[in-house]
Order: sequence, then C-alpha cells, then structure tokens
Amino acid sequence: MEEFVKEYLNQGKRIDGRGFRDYRPIEIKHSVVSKAEGSAFVNLGGTKVYAGVKLDIGEPFPDSPNEGILIVNAEFTPLSSPEIEPGPPGEDAIELARIVDRIIRESQAIELEKLFIEEGKVWVVYVDLAVFDMRGNLMDASTLASIKALLHTRIPKVENGKIIRGEFVSKLPVIYKPVSVTIGKYNNNLLVDLSKEEEEVIDTKLVIGVRDDDKICAMQKQGIGALSFKDIEGALDLAIEKSKELRRLL
Amino acid sequence: MTQREIVLPGSYIGERKGRKIVNCYVEGEKVYSKVLGVLKISDEEICVVPLAGKYFPKVGDRIIGRIEEIEVSGWWVDINSPYMAFLPLSEAVDEFVDVRRVDLSRFYDIDDIIFCKITKVTKNKIIQVSMKDVLARKLFGGITIKITPYKVARVIGKGGSMIELIKEKTGSEIYVGQNGVIWIKGGKKEKAIEAILTIEREAHTIGLTEKIAKMLSG
Amino acid sequence: MKKPEIPLIINGRRIDGRLPDEVREIKMSIGEILNADGSARVSFGNTEAIVAVYGPRALFPKFLQETDVGLVRVIYSMSPFSVDERKNPAPDRRSIEISKVTKEALSAAIFIEDFPKAVVDVYENIIQADGSTRVAAINAASLALASAGIPMKDLVAACSVGKVDDTLIVDLNGKEDNYSESDMAVAMMPSKGLITFLQMDGRLTKEEVLELLKKAEEVCKRIYELQKKTLLERYKMEKEEE
Repeated sequence: MEEFVKEYLNQGKRIDGRGFRDYRPIEIKHSVVSKAEGSAFVNLGGTKVYAGVKLDIGEPFPDSPNEGILIVNAEFTPLSSPEIEPGPPGEDAIELARIVDRIIRESQAIELEKLFIEEGKVWVVYVDLAVFDMRGNLMDASTLASIKALLHTRIPKVENGKIIRGEFVSKLPVIYKPVSVTIGKYNNNLLVDLSKEEEEVIDTKLVIGVRDDDKICAMQKQGIGALSFKDIEGALDLAIEKSKELRRLL
Repeated sequence: MTQREIVLPGSYIGERKGRKIVNCYVEGEKVYSKVLGVLKISDEEICVVPLAGKYFPKVGDRIIGRIEEIEVSGWWVDINSPYMAFLPLSEAVDEFVDVRRVDLSRFYDIDDIIFCKITKVTKNKIIQVSMKDVLARKLFGGITIKITPYKVARVIGKGGSMIELIKEKTGSEIYVGQNGVIWIKGGKKEKAIEAILTIEREAHTIGLTEKIAKMLSG
Repeated sequence: MKKPEIPLIINGRRIDGRLPDEVREIKMSIGEILNADGSARVSFGNTEAIVAVYGPRALFPKFLQETDVGLVRVIYSMSPFSVDERKNPAPDRRSIEISKVTKEALSAAIFIEDFPKAVVDVYENIIQADGSTRVAAINAASLALASAGIPMKDLVAACSVGKVDDTLIVDLNGKEDNYSESDMAVAMMPSKGLITFLQMDGRLTKEEVLELLKKAEEVCKRIYELQKKTLLERYKMEKEEE
C-alpha cells in the first residue's frame, strides 16, 4: 500500500483522485448531544470526531481572576483504530488537545473575560474531543468540531451558586472562528487533508491555525522530517486560502 | 596525501570523486561527516574515525564476548554493543553434535568469556561470530574490563607496541577486543589494569608510552 | 495573552536591558555526566538545561523494535525547584508534548537507519527556567548526541523568537514568554537551512511569521557556531594522540 501511495504522489496524484489542495468531503453537525452545553460531530473524509462542551463553575487562575477558564482534552477511543489501546491519553492525544487549546486560546475566539460570575467564581469551559474513527487529518477535524461546538454552546442558568442544567441564559461569547489547516510535505509538494494512507508515507506536517482576519494563531511542525523556509511560506499561503473554505462550513 | 582534522556531524569535507566513504554521507557529489571524529582522506577513501560512540560490529573484528543465552543450535553472545551476536553451533564445534540429545552448555556455558571473530553483519544488524579462527578461544578465569571502543587502538599501540609493553612488564596474559572489552589474567594484573585505564584516560597526552613504561617499572 | 503589569519594552530596551535582537549570555559545556554516553549543559541567561544521551542501546520489550530504523526517545522534564512555584515532578501535559515534538526534531537530524532495532534515549532536564527552556534543551541535546557519537546530518540549533509590545524580539525570557503577544520556538539544521522544530502561538500576520523565522535563523546560526566551537575545543585534545 505504501509503495502504491508513493507512486501516485510521485506522479502528482492522490490515490483517491483529489488534487493536492483539495479536502475530502466534510460533514458537520451541531447539538448532537443534548446533555452537553454545546456539541458537534465532524466527519472529515471518514475521520469521525465528537466535540462536547461542558460548563462548570470554578475558581479562576490567580493571575487572571476575572477570566473564565478553557480546558481541552482529547480521548482516542479504542473504537477508532486497531493501534489505540485503552488507557490514559498518549502523547498524540495530548498534543492534539494542546494544539486545539492553543488555537482557541491564542485566537481569542472566546471572550474569557465575559465568563466572570462573581468574586472567585468563573465559568470553566471544558472542550472534550472523542475520536471514533481515525482516517487521517484528525487535527483539522478536531478543530472544526471544537469550534462548531463552542459556537452552539449555551451558558446555563445559575441559582444560589448552583447550575440548573438544561436551562440557559445566554450563548457562549465566541467572536472568532479559527480553523486549523494541516499541510503535509512530500518531496517538494504541499498537500492538505492527508488521508490515513498518506499519513503513513508522509513524515513531515505543519499544522497552521488561522483566524478570520488571516492572523496565524498557532503553528506546529510534526513528524520526523524537516521544512525549508520556502515550504513554510508556501504552507502559510495555502493555509490562509484553505482556512476561508473551512470557515464557511462553520 | 593524508590530512587529519576533527570534523563534526554536518561538516563539509569535499567532493567525493568516486571514493569510498566511511561514517560520511553524500548529497549529490558533496561529502559530509556523519559523526564527531578525525578525518582521514586518501585517494581511495574518505573516512571519519569516530571519537566517541558505541561499538558497532564489523566483519573481521576480533572481539571479546560473554555467553548470554544458550539456544538449541547455538549461543547468544553479549559483545558490548547495542546488538547481541549469535554463535551458531557449526561455527563453534568441529565434531558432530546431536542437538536433540546434547546440552550445549557442555561447550560454552552462560557467562563464559570468548575471544571470537565477527563473520557476518546484516543490514538489520543480525550479527554472527565464529570460533573458527586461529586466535579464537575460550578465556578461562581472568577478569574483563571495558574501555571506550575508539581508544582500543591506543591501548594496542603502533604495531602492538603498547600492549606488548604491558604484557612484558606485568607478566599478565591479555586479550584486547576491538569492541573495547579487555581480558586479563595472571601476573601483576592490577598494574596492567591501572596502565590500561591510564591510557584510556590520558590517550591524548604526549609521551604516554614512556609514562606507562615508567609506571610499570616502578 | 495575559496583560503584563508593566510594559515589556521601554525606550527600545527590554525589561532585562537587552535590545530586541540581543541574545542573553549563552554558555555551553560537554561531558559532565560521567555515566552517560554523551552529555551537555546549555544556559541562556538564567535558563539552564542539562541533557544526557544513552545509546544506541538494545531496545526492550522487543515489539518496540523496528527492523529497518532505530528509535529516538526524548523525555523533557523540569526540576521541581526550577520555577517560582514548586513544580510537581510528575510529567505534565506540556512536558509530554514538548518531549514528543523534540523527539521528532532530533530524529530529523539523526541517521536512525544506522542503528536499526536499537534506541537512543535523550533525557532533558531543566535546572532553572527563565523562558526558552525547550530550545535550550534542544541545543544541549544536539551537543550531547554529537559527543555520544550518534550519526547526524547536522547539529541542531534552536532559539525562541516572539512579539512583545508590537516589537519583534529574540530569546524570550520568562516574563516575556508569559506576557508575549506571540512566541515561536524554532530548531534547525543551520548548514542545510532546514527547520526541524516549529511551535508558534499568538496572533501574527503571515509577514510577521516570516520575519520572525528570519530572525530565528540568524540566532540559530550564531548558536550553531558556538556549538561547533564547544565540541571542537573539547575534542581538540583527542586529536593530538593521532
């Protein structure tokens, strides 16, 4: 299989017939879990991930006493791939969650200062990702799911310091829709939305988080290869272009 | 023409011009060093002799190993390397051995020390050693010490001068493996060990041979 | 992200008196950990990293072995006393992520095909943290790997760059790291012009990203020269035996 994928890439083609700059079909649904304050489901070319948002009341961090707290976690369920064993998150799941966290946080998508409740009490926004099928480009699918879920998150009612689940007072203040565009490098070509088979042969990727105003809010190189300056410049252009396409789906 | 200088990983060495390369890599025609070492250039070869690192087996090396495990048809030998070597029965014993009946520990038992020769190294680091070599033997008794493999040459000295000096002055029986394992028995072996460790530690100093000679005479 | 109580740039100078393009004093040394196959210590101002390399050595359990390539493992950790508030010594999510991307950055430079089935372990410890810890550790790791005799395409040099108070700066200290608008950690193989480590967060235009990369390259090249000098000085003695 690997040789076959490489042969195609060498000829400037992809095994599923896509161009190097094409995403696979993307299906996005929101409010798919009624117990959660916000939720979304993304199917990106077979990669399936749920994002659920739960809100809790918590103590603010001492260095930002008036701001809400964002916590992102990812769980690769054993359902998702024969390689995943049950147990605590591994380094890939931790990395994924931390990149999603940075994209949301650094883009300032959520107005955390509006999540102040009272002295010593703020909203804690938990974004939990549950991955159910890993068919490539989990990164971009997870960012889409997280942002979609946050866009449809409602803040529950609070009475006497207690949350009344199922009753809501307002929407979560989300002002940007950052997305991630993960770009793979094969020889001197840049490709978006790697399939599972492509991820097995492409050893260098660059995740780029892009905000609505084309500001870059996060970058992370992944894999055991290296990138030239030209690769990075090309990847930035490509990411900005594709980010607009992805954002329209939100 | 020979030329000697210290090179580092990534150091540009020169054009390859059809030469053999050792511990180097090429990009097109350009040759770069892979490791920290001393550069040796000749008309036939561009070689970097490493200044550090683990022992990586090479065919023809005479080394000292320790029997680690006994299999049905041979022995696993610890050769002070990231890889174990296999000593097959056919490379160890001349007589016919019925492996169904004979316990191979009769020939070599766990923890036995052998002086042997590397006869095979595959791409995937399957290592084979053999006892079918004039110098190969089981080393009885004695003690082994380990030194940095790249300093073995210094312990042996030019044409064996250093090691002969130590043997002569101490009266010890000494075997030096290319893998950095040295076996010593009899004579003033404490003196021999002291001398070897001094050579390892002070390999770079000038007049080392005289120093060792003096040390062993005292 | 968070608002600093004081401006980070006053009259063109940074809080520690440096100019935007100025790197703190860098110190490098090799070979301090006697048990290790290679070791190095690198400091940038108050940030100090010690790294030990063990291997290549046999890898167990056996199912972890790859028949055609060797494995590189990295553990980045911070000593509990390296920061203001005592750090729990157990690995946290940040350390696990840094370890993972560092492993990839170093693997990009290492000829892993030269030690199939075996493993090289890289243990990075931050003794004192004042910003740019992950890049200090990468610089030390690269020195430790070279002095352990590990085959590599090039040394890996690393630095941090960022944006504070609308100014692009290099080698962020702890305060700048905390309050920067953006920060970026870069490692590269300087003689190849190839980037092996890149982490960035904040809010930057594409042009700013490229400009910061250029600054990072300049600093990495200077660090690279220091790394080479450090190695050559340490092993100069060894040559004389020849």
